[in-house]
Amino acid sequence: MSDAAFDVAGRIGQPWKKPPFIQRRWLRWTLLLGALAYLIAAYMTIEVNWSRVYEGLERGKKFVLAFANPDFTTRSSDIFEGMMESIIMTVASSVVGIAISIPIALGAARNVAPLPVYLICRGIIAISRALQEIIVAILLVAIFGFGPLAGFLTLSFATIGFLSKLLAEDIESMDKVQAEAIKASGARWTQWINYGVQPQVMPRLIGLSMYRLDINFRESAILGLVGAGGIGATLNTAFDRYEYDTAAAILLIIIVIVMGLEYLSGVIRARVQ
Amino acid sequence: MLRLEKLVKTYKTGDQALKAVNLEIPEGQVLALIGPSGAGKSTLIRCINRLVEPTSGNVYLGDVELTGLSAGMLRKERRRMGMIFQEYALVERLSVMENVLSGRLGYVGFWRSFLRRFPQSDVDEAFRLLDRVGLAHMADKRADELSGGQRQRVGICRALIQNPALLLVDEPTASLDPKTSRQIMRLICELCKERGLAAIINIHDVALAQMFVQRVIGLRFGEMVYDGPPDGLTPDKLTEIYGEEDWEATIEAVDEDDLEAESAAS
Repeated sequence: MSDAAFDVAGRIGQPWKKPPFIQRRWLRWTLLLGALAYLIAAYMTIEVNWSRVYEGLERGKKFVLAFANPDFTTRSSDIFEGMMESIIMTVASSVVGIAISIPIALGAARNVAPLPVYLICRGIIAISRALQEIIVAILLVAIFGFGPLAGFLTLSFATIGFLSKLLAEDIESMDKVQAEAIKASGARWTQWINYGVQPQVMPRLIGLSMYRLDINFRESAILGLVGAGGIGATLNTAFDRYEYDTAAAILLIIIVIVMGLEYLSGVIRARVQ
Repeated sequence: MLRLEKLVKTYKTGDQALKAVNLEIPEGQVLALIGPSGAGKSTLIRCINRLVEPTSGNVYLGDVELTGLSAGMLRKERRRMGMIFQEYALVERLSVMENVLSGRLGYVGFWRSFLRRFPQSDVDEAFRLLDRVGLAHMADKRADELSGGQRQRVGICRALIQNPALLLVDEPTASLDPKTSRQIMRLICELCKERGLAAIINIHDVALAQMFVQRVIGLRFGEMVYDGPPDGLTPDKLTEIYGEEDWEATIEAVDEDDLEAESAAS
């Protein structure tokens, strides 16, 4: 059984190489050299002002040294308040965001939702992802004023884009036959989702939710910079007053909490596999 | 009991998977559907419970015509058709019991099923069925902890707890070893006999089909080319179904298998 058109005898004794991804030699080399030339040109446009860097090193040193000597006490009540606000924002926005994300994710999965619903849900996701957190926060602070409400709404909104998209992708790549088997038993749509789809995507949903909780906490530290409440506001004040030791204390707390969340999500994800 | 009239399925790609198939199955008959890959076997049984929508033609289950039913009515009729899948199709992260009880979803409301509070009669029946296939002690294990043969047994329980009149069986032995394959086929056929169920079994192992069923349908390119008893499958007929090949060995092997199976059973 040999292929008629294939000349095996001519290939015996010849070395074999994997066929290149781009077949045309000139195109392959043009793309490669072009990309290289662009990279070199791009790096050359980034100017470095060395004398400025030298000056800045001193400030940087102070900042870093503050970490060796963080001041938790002087502004402890501010830090505590900011931290509580951040945690409330994080938890509240994660819960609301995730709760809204789940139906949108179902709608945005082509194998679960009809086309019109799919397009609407994908549209919502696209809008949520296109608007960066800081921009949304500035807008919401303008509407609702300074404080954690704007931060809470911003983070909820951002959670929808993130979680719905990734969850929808997981739903789309689920094992079709398992879901089909549930459908074949005469289950209604809600039962089909609950028995055929949910068990398949649950570990991913939990993993993503934990990850989002972690992101929301970190974001809550940034959002304070534009007045949306939380520990970020406290951090911003500390920087404005050149209180690097207080800032260092805040950053250390953030780092510890993020690491704690990371560890926790690892434990939880291992358990729900 | 089940009647297909001029059933046609043309996929969007233009492939004609079924070309006007007519078929009638009386109460309690177990039938094997054989044919090469891509002959339309899987499409045929999926068109019956409308997991695949047929392009035209009619399907009668008893007196009910299935192809024109609304979604709600279709769900009611699907309860009367248990399906057993290739690769088992258990929901892997659910427990054995949840998988079996999922066969009752057509009978219970959403909140009951969501809270896993099935009627006592369903739970009792699930345990009886699991015990019948020798897996009652595995009820709370997760489905993905089971071996292939065990999973297919759970799949059988899930289909039977629907209390169906008809079983649609899609390649039940495709990923099982030869011994387990026979055990599963034997189990399916025994259970059909016990409960007086009709069954359509898609199977590509001709010898295995001949061992267990009363009637064989041969499908080629979406057309029925054989309908008769299993021992009527001569080399000519097999050539017609599958194409040119030396069939003598297959047919001889069947005779030996039969003897072996009988001696094993006694």
